[in-house]
Amino acid sequence: MSTLSTRVLLDADQIARTLARMGSEIVERHPDLSQVHLVGIRSRGVPLAERIRDRIKETTGIEVPVGAVDISFYRDDVGIRADADDRIGDHPVVGETVFDGPIEGATIVLIDDVLYTGRTVRAAIDAVFDYGRPACVQLAVLADRGHRELPIRADFVGKNLPTQGAEHVRVRLQETDGVDEVVLIGGDGGAES
Amino acid sequence: MSTKRHLMGMNDVDRADIERILETAAGFEDVVERDVKKVPTLRGRTVVNLFYESSTRTSSSFELAAKRLSADVVSVKSSGSSVDKGESLKDTIRTLNAYKPNIIVIRHPHIGAAQLTARWSDAHVVNAGDGKHQHPTQALLDLYTIKKRLGRLDDVKVAIVGDILHSRVARSDIEAFQMMGLDVTLIGPPALIPPGIVEATGVKVSDDPEAMSEADVIYVLRMQHERMEPGQNYLPSLREYARVWGVNARRVRPGQVVMHPGPMNRGVEIAPDVADSGVSLVENQVEAGLVVRMAVLYDLMTRPSIGTVIDIRERTGEWGAA
Repeated sequence: MSTLSTRVLLDADQIARTLARMGSEIVERHPDLSQVHLVGIRSRGVPLAERIRDRIKETTGIEVPVGAVDISFYRDDVGIRADADDRIGDHPVVGETVFDGPIEGATIVLIDDVLYTGRTVRAAIDAVFDYGRPACVQLAVLADRGHRELPIRADFVGKNLPTQGAEHVRVRLQETDGVDEVVLIGGDGGAES
Repeated sequence: MSTKRHLMGMNDVDRADIERILETAAGFEDVVERDVKKVPTLRGRTVVNLFYESSTRTSSSFELAAKRLSADVVSVKSSGSSVDKGESLKDTIRTLNAYKPNIIVIRHPHIGAAQLTARWSDAHVVNAGDGKHQHPTQALLDLYTIKKRLGRLDDVKVAIVGDILHSRVARSDIEAFQMMGLDVTLIGPPALIPPGIVEATGVKVSDDPEAMSEADVIYVLRMQHERMEPGQNYLPSLREYARVWGVNARRVRPGQVVMHPGPMNRGVEIAPDVADSGVSLVENQVEAGLVVRMAVLYDLMTRPSIGTVIDIRERTGEWGAA
């Protein structure tokens, strides 16, 4: 197998500034933070949600609740990939879905690292609704790489990253990977900018 | 070339598989506790439960597990029919296979029925008990129950007590417990201990009922009257068995827990003063059965076929690309 080229798109400083800005945008959109509930999509959405909560607390003094949603049981490709020999599901450990208080009537802000096809977000919305009926659900992502397969858009975008389908965008975080960076793993070398 | 995954016996899984299944089962705990006790994971998939032997807990557990995963479930019971090995089982399987089930769960009095089901159908097959042979989901739920109560599996001392000779639960449990690092001792009258089991598995064997006092977990097996061949004197009498080997409150020391795969012969292998007390994990085992079977069905449908070549790039995440 050939070695895949990688290119750093965001470094630790840029990630920190981006998350601070996203926190400000959430506050701007929701002057009354009392109904806001940040919900990270496992796995990397959760540390991102916690960091955004910390930024919001620094600027407003208010600590908004943070929850976590695991979408493993809501995926749309169960059995499809297992039956097709050319596909494999990376089968991560199933995590808990938890909310910090009732979500009935809350403003849920789903948080994920990369927005791509939109299928993860679709699954996360379904999962949330099996726990209650929030007043509204919004979406915040650190990186939007395009190539949507569903009519889903983010309300808060850290950075737009136009990519090619064969490329992969990887978000690595201190909490999960020991380093803060967003990298592009190239299909054809990933040289164009 | 790849082969479909099945769960026929404990040798279809390794330690990593078991750990993954137990972790997935823990993830389902939250689903079965909340208001909406269902996830859409197996929506549009079909699960056939085919039971050639009477069963309450295993058949209801598999049926509910499949329903909680949103699968369509067909349950076929054939108790007391003239179905035996050979053609008629084959015809039944071929008929059910025409519905294109994704998973067939089968319980059958004959060893190897699950293997035949896999040969004659296109489904993933789960063995829910074949004769005296294997009952892998029971072993997995027993591990789950022990881990949940004791917080660990490594070095847990388990005494499996009673009719080991006729027990498929014991066979699967011994393999599963040893794979996960538990310390297993078989305790019972010598006539009910399978010959050669020490050499084959490395377990310890004792014919002293007092040996139960060493264990963290006393696993009591059901006296399997229906599998004992007529004319064979395995026991002087059930009363004698209960007196010597029966697990009663006097026998259980503080800190020990007692498990039983059910159904219990109260007053024979287990006394009511134990079965109905706080040391009994029997109901915990039933609860574990549901989430563990959900995890097994989920695992069969999500893991790649055996022999599948793994593309490293697919492992870098972004499953939504699928």
